[in-house]
Amino acid sequence: MKHHVTTTINGDETEFLCDTEQTLLDCLRDELELTGTKEGCGSGDCGACSVLLDGRLVCSCLVLGVEVGGKKIDTIEGMATGDKLHPLQRKFLEHAALQCGICTPGVLVAAKSLLEKNPNPTETEVRYWLAGNLCRCTGYDKIIRAVMDAAAEMRGA
Amino acid sequence: MQERVKIPKFDVVGTRPVRPDGADKVTGRAKYGADHNVAGQLVGKVLRSPYPHARIKSIDTSAALALTGVKAVVTRDDFKDQSSEFVPAGEMLVNYRDVLRNVMAREKVLFEGHPVAAVAATSEAIARAALRAIKVEYEILPHVIDVVEAMKPDAPIVEDGMITVGVTPPPTKPSNVAKRVEFVLGDVEKGFKEADLVIEREFNTKPVHQGYIEPHACVGSVSEDGTAELWTTTQGHWIARAHCARLLGWDMTKLRVTSSEIGGGFGGKTVVYLEPLALALSAKTHRPVKMAMSREEVFKASGPTSGANVWVKMGVKKDGTITAGEAILKYQAGCFQGSPVQPGCMCAFAPYDLANVKVVGFDVLSNRPKVAAYRAPGGPISEYAVESVVDEIAEKLGMCPIELRLKNAAKEGTKAAYGPKFGPVGMVECLEAAKSSPHWNGPLGKNQGRGIAAGFWFNIGGETTVNLQLNEDGTLTLMAGTPDIGGLRASLAMMAAEELKIPYEKVRPIIGDTSTLGYNFVTGGSRSTFSSGLATVEAARSIIKQACGRAAKLWEIPEDAVTWDNGEIKPAGDNAGKFKPMKLSDIAKVAGKTGGSIVGVGAISAQGAAPSFGVHIADSEVDPDTGKLTITRYTVIQDAGIAIHPAYVEGQFQGGAAQGIGWALNEEYIYGADGKLQNAGFLDYRIPVASDLPMIETIIVEVPNPRHPYGVRGIGETAIVPPMAAINASAARATGVRMFELPLSPPKVLKAMKEAKKA
Ligand code: FES
Ligand code: FES
Repeated sequence: MKHHVTTTINGDETEFLCDTEQTLLDCLRDELELTGTKEGCGSGDCGACSVLLDGRLVCSCLVLGVEVGGKKIDTIEGMATGDKLHPLQRKFLEHAALQCGICTPGVLVAAKSLLEKNPNPTETEVRYWLAGNLCRCTGYDKIIRAVMDAAAEMRGA
Repeated sequence: MQERVKIPKFDVVGTRPVRPDGADKVTGRAKYGADHNVAGQLVGKVLRSPYPHARIKSIDTSAALALTGVKAVVTRDDFKDQSSEFVPAGEMLVNYRDVLRNVMAREKVLFEGHPVAAVAATSEAIARAALRAIKVEYEILPHVIDVVEAMKPDAPIVEDGMITVGVTPPPTKPSNVAKRVEFVLGDVEKGFKEADLVIEREFNTKPVHQGYIEPHACVGSVSEDGTAELWTTTQGHWIARAHCARLLGWDMTKLRVTSSEIGGGFGGKTVVYLEPLALALSAKTHRPVKMAMSREEVFKASGPTSGANVWVKMGVKKDGTITAGEAILKYQAGCFQGSPVQPGCMCAFAPYDLANVKVVGFDVLSNRPKVAAYRAPGGPISEYAVESVVDEIAEKLGMCPIELRLKNAAKEGTKAAYGPKFGPVGMVECLEAAKSSPHWNGPLGKNQGRGIAAGFWFNIGGETTVNLQLNEDGTLTLMAGTPDIGGLRASLAMMAAEELKIPYEKVRPIIGDTSTLGYNFVTGGSRSTFSSGLATVEAARSIIKQACGRAAKLWEIPEDAVTWDNGEIKPAGDNAGKFKPMKLSDIAKVAGKTGGSIVGVGAISAQGAAPSFGVHIADSEVDPDTGKLTITRYTVIQDAGIAIHPAYVEGQFQGGAAQGIGWALNEEYIYGADGKLQNAGFLDYRIPVASDLPMIETIIVEVPNPRHPYGVRGIGETAIVPPMAAINASAARATGVRMFELPLSPPKVLKAMKEAKKA
């Protein structure tokens, strides 16, 4: 029997049906067609599936769909506002901080949650915060620069 | 510090615009392999061998087929056998007998994870249940994992009856050595006699995985009339089409393959794994079948590149002149022949102008997944060994490692041991840039050491098609067919804009599918910006020619009386000044009335690819208590020819370096005595994370390739070649002990340091 889950995704009340064993990642991707959240490992090791759950950064592959009833979820699809990209998204484009881009949604969601907690992170803080987000293409250099630059812009520096 | 050595004088080429596919990729809109769904699709799953080596006695699928929701099962019986024949694909040759067996085991399973059956079912859970219900009877055979073990006369034979090619007289007994190759220049014995110092070393490296974050995924859909569509994450959809059509016995025209956005490949997505299975399952059910690998499956059954045993001997005079270089390379191929040992041999001494070289390579089978191309396939392994010896030579001679390399560096006119004479190449320029770099001249801290190494990769051209269509409003749509893994669309739009003298934003590049565009060879061999760039320029020039023709028609003057002058179409000669110059956008408006739509096609076999040399500087710091090495500073210096989009060139440099750092310090396939892979996940197969790395400094050297209109060389692969040796050299200085094995993991380093202390 499927479970009926009511939740808020990117500000909109959303309902879906899921099996007990389905992860939040599966529910987002397969039930709700929110495929911006990616699966790189399914075991909590790559961060491609990063979302915010009640404001907390989680790997959606480690959360069950049935757990999110009544909770608030933010995914990459909710990051831009209207036709305005989030400063992080813009800075990622300006700095060429993505190559293949498969890690990008997870990195952006994780970086956004960092800047909400710490608007003025050091390079080391950014590196450690993003240590759970694997990127095989970039060597992280341009990602770190883009995050630092976005943070500076958001601080109005 | 990001620095460029030479600035070209173009309007668009050399700038850093935002990539055309960027917004989709930062908003989650871009569709990768697993992001595509088709109404009514089934879930496909693969049953894999639990054993590294076994004969398949029987497969019983009846219980699986009896389950509600199971729509089809395929096994070896669903594929016609293929004859043994070699055809080119990617940077290697493929044999369809082996391609078939890699996709689906036949007589034997040859590695843990080898597919033995595939199912299609209405849900993931049912598909899994079906896999459990399939009964396979195995006769377990002894296995062999290590390359040196596999070469022993009494080793278990992976491929029954395999006789080594390239040995005269041919051996009478089967072995695991598929092939012996040899490259000789001059006379090494003579060279060693001339030497004042001869160093001989043996190195070992482990297989490493490409580690793309996106697992293999596809959707295959076969219609009742036999036409089919395949959506897949691939580095070459024409190759995917060729492989699938061949294995399934279909006409190519019936199969339309679309490449999804691709979440990394690095060579590992130039082969097919799931695609023929998804199509075979769909052909049975006439329902779309979606398949995706788990990360465990990616590790166990795709990629990696070879592990190897490499012996190197080099002779040198007191003044630093290298008199001879000799190497023996033993590369693991996995369970089918075709390791990159040949390019490994060709690269080994390529950075140097040597009179006497001998390189012998062995392609060796073992019960591991068949290797796939990985960024400069073969080069990083042999060059790691050679460059480590070069570093030791510098130390023994008391010479600066840059000066030693400068003394022997390959330059224009150097005859490489593998045959050709180099045209203009940037090895010397890279070394000079390294010598004056802030990094090379910067300070070192306690427990730190600095190393430097050079690297080489050929780069290739090949079959390529680009369509450029002039739209009614003067904008252009560019269709290329080499999958864009990291900025290709931007570079192509830039070259088209440069050529046509229009703003970059007016060109919209897309990647076409196999039914809408002429043939394109894979994105591999660092060829896509080079080859698709050439085809783009050709297509753009055709647009210009056609536009001039249309103007001639309008002005009623001969075609050769019209010229293209920096973005303007003008009457020339006697007619000069008689008509108002027109722009492409003016012609676009009247295209319909002057002869119909204007489409430029660049359909070429790209020639003139030029090698790229690179030099990397690494600083590592050792923790004397744990043996852990940390990279504290890193600089990549590489000849790009001309950097079309410097930010993406830097990105390739940085990404290659990071993969090399992983290869040098952490990454390895670990097998148990049972022949099973013990670290098939990102937790235990640890690729570098953000907190492991420093910023990666880059210096783009630009020695233009004379055979490309914008000087492009191809830059994607060279960057993974030097890191292992550069880090090895830095580790030798940080720890005071030379090591000869990768990865330089903490226990190994600690042990080496302890032993050195005792000695
Ligand atoms: S998919 Fe969730 S962490 Fe990798
Ligand atoms: S951009 Fe490819 S994995 Fe990060």
